[in-house]
Amino acid sequence: MTTAAGTLPRSASLIQDFLDVDRIRGDFPILHHPIRGGRPLVYLDNAATTQKPLQVIDRIVRYYSEENSNVHRGVHYLSEVATDAYEKARTTVKRFIGARDEKEIVFTRGTTEGINLVAQSWGRKNVGAGDEILITAIEHHSNIVPWQLLCEEKGARLRVAPVNDSGELVLEEFARLLTPRTKLVAFGHASNALGTINPIRKMIGLAHAAGAVVLIDGAQGVPHLHVDVRDLDCDFYAFSGHKVYGPTGTGVLYGKEAILDAMPPWQGGGDMILSVSFEKTTYNALPYKFEAGTPNIEGVIGLAAALDYVSAIGIDAIATHEQDLLHYATKRLLAVEGLRIIGTAAEKASVISFVLEGVHPHDIGTILDQEGIAIRTGHHCAQPLMMRFNVPATGRASFAMYNTREEADALIGGLQKVIELFR
Amino acid sequence: MSDQLRELYQQVILDHNRNPRNFHELEHATKKVDGYNPLCGDHYTIYVEIDGNTIKDIGFTGNGCAISKASASVMSATLKGKSTEEAHKLFDVFHKLVTGEPGSLSTAELGRLAAFSGVSEFPARVKCASLPWHTLNSAIEGDKETVSTE
Repeated sequence: MTTAAGTLPRSASLIQDFLDVDRIRGDFPILHHPIRGGRPLVYLDNAATTQKPLQVIDRIVRYYSEENSNVHRGVHYLSEVATDAYEKARTTVKRFIGARDEKEIVFTRGTTEGINLVAQSWGRKNVGAGDEILITAIEHHSNIVPWQLLCEEKGARLRVAPVNDSGELVLEEFARLLTPRTKLVAFGHASNALGTINPIRKMIGLAHAAGAVVLIDGAQGVPHLHVDVRDLDCDFYAFSGHKVYGPTGTGVLYGKEAILDAMPPWQGGGDMILSVSFEKTTYNALPYKFEAGTPNIEGVIGLAAALDYVSAIGIDAIATHEQDLLHYATKRLLAVEGLRIIGTAAEKASVISFVLEGVHPHDIGTILDQEGIAIRTGHHCAQPLMMRFNVPATGRASFAMYNTREEADALIGGLQKVIELFR
Repeated sequence: MSDQLRELYQQVILDHNRNPRNFHELEHATKKVDGYNPLCGDHYTIYVEIDGNTIKDIGFTGNGCAISKASASVMSATLKGKSTEEAHKLFDVFHKLVTGEPGSLSTAELGRLAAFSGVSEFPARVKCASLPWHTLNSAIEGDKETVSTE
């Protein structure tokens, strides 16, 4: 979904035509489980993790009830069934993100592991002293620290492209920081802390023109935006399963086959080898070379169920609904006295970071929690970004396909109670 | 507004949050320690001036929620002029109070620390209340320059 946010339909009646939110909510058991003394759950912490639909939960139960076995190992019936389901999940992911071949889909524990894999395998082979890695000022710690570790080891330099006061990348500065020394450029598809959607197509083009390899941190991209890795032409794209309605401990690293093929293995163990002797080990083909040990089989199968669920509803319909919530909630929040939104990019995913004058976000979080409203408070694993905007922390409401305007209203009501207590 | 919330955000806490006491650096500090709560980004620097075993002065600077700021403020007001032994004892009393450890702490023992009695109902906030105390403890012990609640 790369449509400009401003062109999306915003009227509620029109939205209902796209998305049957009541029916969707019926698929998520946790939304009907009262908390804090019988209050309905208002779950607005979707950028941290999303809730799971029955389609995912049931699929995992079925796996353990009928299919559990190790994959790629046994000749017996269950091993065949499990292997088949696991590999079909790879095909589902391939189609979902538009990859060319299953070989390009490496299952990981999550986005963080995918980025570390690239830093440790591709990075250690291709980055040397004096080379540069370029990131942006709004990255999650998981897209900062792996590169810092690599730079420290290799004597390379980490460069950071700035953002403006709206939280948008300053593209000219980004372009200026690309030099012949830039070996790799890594940036988020969308910011977890501010919601900013990066102009990734332009950024990929600029980086490639400078001869750099590009990694996209798609943790906040895949849940909200249509992703086609071939169309984008990125070299790596990493995302997490649990942020797109799938199980925790699952993730995907997409890499172009030629690049993955030339990379050394990262972790050693079973499944990633063809033959082992004490003299020499021959590594397995892609993608198994990067999947050492028994994988999270149930999780990967659950992830495929989640992606099927999203596909059936349609990512564009989801995005339209989320954009409606984003605009509605933004408008209502701005009317709250003393409230300031951090991150006002023109193109945003459904994430709103805010501060309230005179009240620390942590206190806001506790008070909202008593009302059954779950938001995230803190630095959102983006401390350099908090420094950039000169705030120690923010409150963050993030919306998913099952959220409603009424829940945005509940957030406003909760904030009024915060103000009442603190003023 | 739930009773639990009113119990947590007592007037004393709201007042100390709005007008924190001793909220400044200490020119003659004998020790200065940074305390972090990496979970929420709370960060305080606690300054102490210790003469022999007497805490002559305490100051603090930094940023955090109402609970942690009020805790630092009340702590500084309570401990100024006390001996380091008394400070240890009160640290223990405070810790029991916020972790809800059963035991009969008399109102006299608690003094103005009693304002933090509601914290034990909020497990996620215990670290907020205890961060300044852990930091000060470290300043008195003199063994660390940074304290983290994780």
